[in-house]
Amino acid sequence: MGRYVVRRLLQAIPVLLGTTFLIFALVYALPGDPIQALAGDRAVDPVFRATMREMFHLDDPLIVQYGYYVQGIFTGDFGMTFRGLPVSTIFEGKFQVTLNLALMALVIEAIVGIGLGLIAALRRGKAADTAILAFTLLLVSVPTLVSGFVLQLLLGVQLKTSTGIDFFPVAGTSEGWRSYLLPGLVLAGTSIAYLTRLTRTSLMETLRADYVRTAIAKGMPRRRVLGRHALRNSLIPLVTYLGADLGTLMSGAVITETIFNLNGIGRQLFDSVYLSENSVVVGIVTVLVLIFIAANLIVDLLYAVLDPRIRYE
Amino acid sequence: MKNPSVDTHLLPADSGTIGTEPLLAVDNLHVEFGTRAGVVRAVNGVSYALNAGETLAVLGESGSGKSVTAQAIMGILDMPPARIPKGEIRFRGTDLLQLSESQRSQIRGQQIAMIFQDALSALNPVFTVGWQIAEMFRVHKGMSKKASYAKAVELMDRVRIPAAKQRVNDYPHQFSGGMRQRIMIAMSIALDPDLLIADEPTTALDVTVQAQIMELLAELQRESNMGLILITHDLGVVADVADKIAVMYGGRIVENAPVHDIYRNAAHPYTKGLLDSIPRVDMKGQELYAIKGLPPNLLDMPTGCAFHPRCPFRQDNCVTDVPPLHEISGTRSSACHYWREVLDGTAG
Repeated sequence: MGRYVVRRLLQAIPVLLGTTFLIFALVYALPGDPIQALAGDRAVDPVFRATMREMFHLDDPLIVQYGYYVQGIFTGDFGMTFRGLPVSTIFEGKFQVTLNLALMALVIEAIVGIGLGLIAALRRGKAADTAILAFTLLLVSVPTLVSGFVLQLLLGVQLKTSTGIDFFPVAGTSEGWRSYLLPGLVLAGTSIAYLTRLTRTSLMETLRADYVRTAIAKGMPRRRVLGRHALRNSLIPLVTYLGADLGTLMSGAVITETIFNLNGIGRQLFDSVYLSENSVVVGIVTVLVLIFIAANLIVDLLYAVLDPRIRYE
Repeated sequence: MKNPSVDTHLLPADSGTIGTEPLLAVDNLHVEFGTRAGVVRAVNGVSYALNAGETLAVLGESGSGKSVTAQAIMGILDMPPARIPKGEIRFRGTDLLQLSESQRSQIRGQQIAMIFQDALSALNPVFTVGWQIAEMFRVHKGMSKKASYAKAVELMDRVRIPAAKQRVNDYPHQFSGGMRQRIMIAMSIALDPDLLIADEPTTALDVTVQAQIMELLAELQRESNMGLILITHDLGVVADVADKIAVMYGGRIVENAPVHDIYRNAAHPYTKGLLDSIPRVDMKGQELYAIKGLPPNLLDMPTGCAFHPRCPFRQDNCVTDVPPLHEISGTRSSACHYWREVLDGTAG
């Protein structure tokens, strides 16, 4: 087990290098001059431009620039922005916001998705099943922009004005975990749909398994057959999906963060691309890749806990 | 080895007059499946009876309805799509089909138990074998975890799994095929059932292991005097252990006979075909006999006798008239219009 973790962490290094190089090259290839972007429409002093280009190694070949960047990363230095701030101070607090948001979305997704999926599987072919499937279709079809504003209006504003219940803040992070309820729900939307369908399929497949028939033949009560014998087996693919989805949720939070005015990494990424703050863009992607790798490693380890046939040596 | 102080029988003792009533009596059972392509009539009027301590071998090829009949007895058919439009399954005189689902689940596992063909898929991969055996005692008898695990070890010993104590916390995939089937058996006999249904218990195993498993089943049966229904398509397996044989074809019983009679001579062309297709040492080098044609399509059964398209002795009325189950003697019957001719070898 320990050796497996070490091996996986070592494998993460080429993945990290590969992905960061890719994003580095993409940012490098972006049109426009980042130094000019600092000055807007005004002319830039040639001496200042030369100093800046020198300082940020902008005249070196791509691979050399990347070398400087990697060197920094391994010493924990994400570099400086063109505006003279260390990238790490820009990150401050923002990853926490996005992580909170993504985790809230993940929790909502797990509860609602698995719950609906279980109901659908157990009521296969009946009205509840059909309704849930139709609902998932709706979830995938409605874009975040629409669902975000509609939920803000319904749960955040109209619920408060009509009943006085003020439980769902519509913006900001001042209300602690409650601040993340609405944005989490909006962010989880599509994922809920996928997880519901995955749960339904997985449980339906497990219910057809021979060992479920054995459990019934053993005279086990229906609840035990479902809750112990079937569920444990059908959870395995769901955990995989949930783990991989954490990364997707974190990187997909741009629009949600904007709608709900959350000062997270998604908005920062968007702004930085806009302002050609290359070091920030690459930095954010680097951290996201790290989170993604960590989430997948945890999933793989959990896999062995759920399924004893899997052993890591 | 029944412990009389432990009363596993939930049915009242006076239900059905035990003694005259057999342990299990399947009477004119019909099972059909509603599918998109139409109604599949898997079992069409099967009747058989079994006494305590007796072994009945149900023989037939895939799709003959032998497993479906067993699942109907067990009450583990998926209903729907399965339906039981007609018939009775009397266990100790009580028709199981009239019981509620909760009453049936009390009988399942405790009074009627079942062993399945492929123990690897029939055992739950994510729980230890000890957990799966102990579950019988925990759920049905309310035993503590510790006591139930001790019972599990005891049972694993009884089915002769080496080093049972060390292996009780192993998972099914860590055992060999034969050992896994022993665990299935241990689980099924955990609560001393009166009736054990073994659905092709040795099909997935090596020939040498097959013999050991059959021996174990026969021994356990002798010890506990339970009734045993052995479902198989392998005539070789049943010869030593069965008392009587029911041969099924196309969802019907085509021949019923004590095991020795059937090996002496068959009273139905299908049984005869099965017997002739057993490899024999004295026929070495010659081509093995095979019954021509394919099993009947249950969606579109042949008219008359279901076996007529494949029957070497077919006559005109076989195509039109469904043969009833003719009684040959008190213990023997055949669903062939020409059973006399088949029996004395003058048919065809």
